[in-house]
Formats: sequence, C-alpha cells, structure tokens
Amino acid sequence: MSKIVRTVAKLLTPAILLFGLYVIMHGHITPGGGFQGGAVFASGVALLIVAFGAGRVEQFLKEHQLSMLESGGGLLFIGLAFAGLATAFFYNFLVGSPIFGHVPAFGPNPGDIWTGGTIPLMNVAVGMKVIAGLSAIVLVMALASSKQGEDE
Amino acid sequence: MIELQVLHAIVPLLIVVCAVLVARFKDLISAVIALAALSLLLALEFYLLQAPDVAIAEAGIGAAITTAIFVIAIRATKRT
Repeated sequence: MSKIVRTVAKLLTPAILLFGLYVIMHGHITPGGGFQGGAVFASGVALLIVAFGAGRVEQFLKEHQLSMLESGGGLLFIGLAFAGLATAFFYNFLVGSPIFGHVPAFGPNPGDIWTGGTIPLMNVAVGMKVIAGLSAIVLVMALASSKQGEDE
Repeated sequence: MIELQVLHAIVPLLIVVCAVLVARFKDLISAVIALAALSLLLALEFYLLQAPDVAIAEAGIGAAITTAIFVIAIRATKRT
C-alpha cells in the first residue's frame, strides 16, 4: 500500500490494539466484552496486514501460534467452568476472594474492576479465542492470495 | 430532545444512500469504501438506539474486518 496508508497504520495500530485489550478487560463493567474487544484487536491486526502485506506480518505472527492461542482460550474457558464443579458447573467460585472478588457498591459508582468473580477471566478467555480466530482468518486469506499472485 | 429525532431521520437516510452507492459504483474499491461507511453509520444508529454493545461489534466486524477481507480479495484479482 502507499506511504500514507503505512504511516497512518503505524500511528493508529498501537492505539487500536490497546483499546481492544481495554474493552476485553473492562467487559464486566462497561459495554463490550470478550467478543467485541477481540474483534477490535483483530481489526488492528487486519489493518497491519492490509498496510504492510501478509509476508511481513507473518514473520512475528505465525499461524500455529494463533492456533495455540485459540486452543488456550477454549481450555481456559472450560477449565474455569469445571473449576466450580464442587458446587455447580459454571459456579462463580471467586466471589469473596482477593482476585476479582469484591462485592460491587450499591447505586451509581465509578466502577470497580476487581468485581465479577470468574466473569472477567472468562471474558479474557473468549477474547483470546476471538483474537486468534479472526486474526487467523484474515492472515490465511492474505497469505493464500499473495502466494497465488507469486505463482502467476 | 429534538436533535435526537433529527438524527434518527438523517442516519437511516444516509444508510440507504450508502447502500445505493454500493450498488451503483463501477470501481470495486469505491464500493467497498461505501460499504464500510454504511457499516459505520449502522454502528452509529445502534448507538443512538441505546445498544452500545452491538455498536462496538458492528464497528469491529462490519467496518474493519469485512473491509480488510474485501480489499485483500480485490487486490488478488486483475483489472482488465
């Protein structure tokens, strides 16, 4: 792509990736969550791929790494679900503990990130899965089309 | 809140205009940009209808990833 696209992509990509991680991490207190934040993060990766080409992005973002990240997200989600099995499947066993265990204040409040029990961790798991899945879709699509161009 | 009523009239009209432009453009890249503008306006409409969750998903998927996939696919084709 042209120099303008590359410069704008260089400036914007860190902000987009950081905003995606912010939406994932604050999924339980603000609009958004694992899927939305993962989609925003993957759109930053898609911007990188469109601006710099799939070959350069593939140097630091391999396909098998994305596959491992996606499997890790799925395993984390189902592992958290099974971890509460002493009481019930998907039981929120972290309530009351120091990790994400605060009881939220009543009425209007600025929001406390250490609330929600296992729900923020499940948001992170879904975010990992969505980031890996959507990035892999765009990356494989770009790699396939660029390799086809070399053959001709 | 008269301004919100006006926005509720303008934004769907602009969405329809963008949809007609997508069908009318001969250049494929221009049509994809019009489609991205449609998705962005649709995200704005979702936000106006008090659904910020759906708006974020629409802006991420519809405006960014779909456009990127279309641009990659069009770049792999040849213009005759």
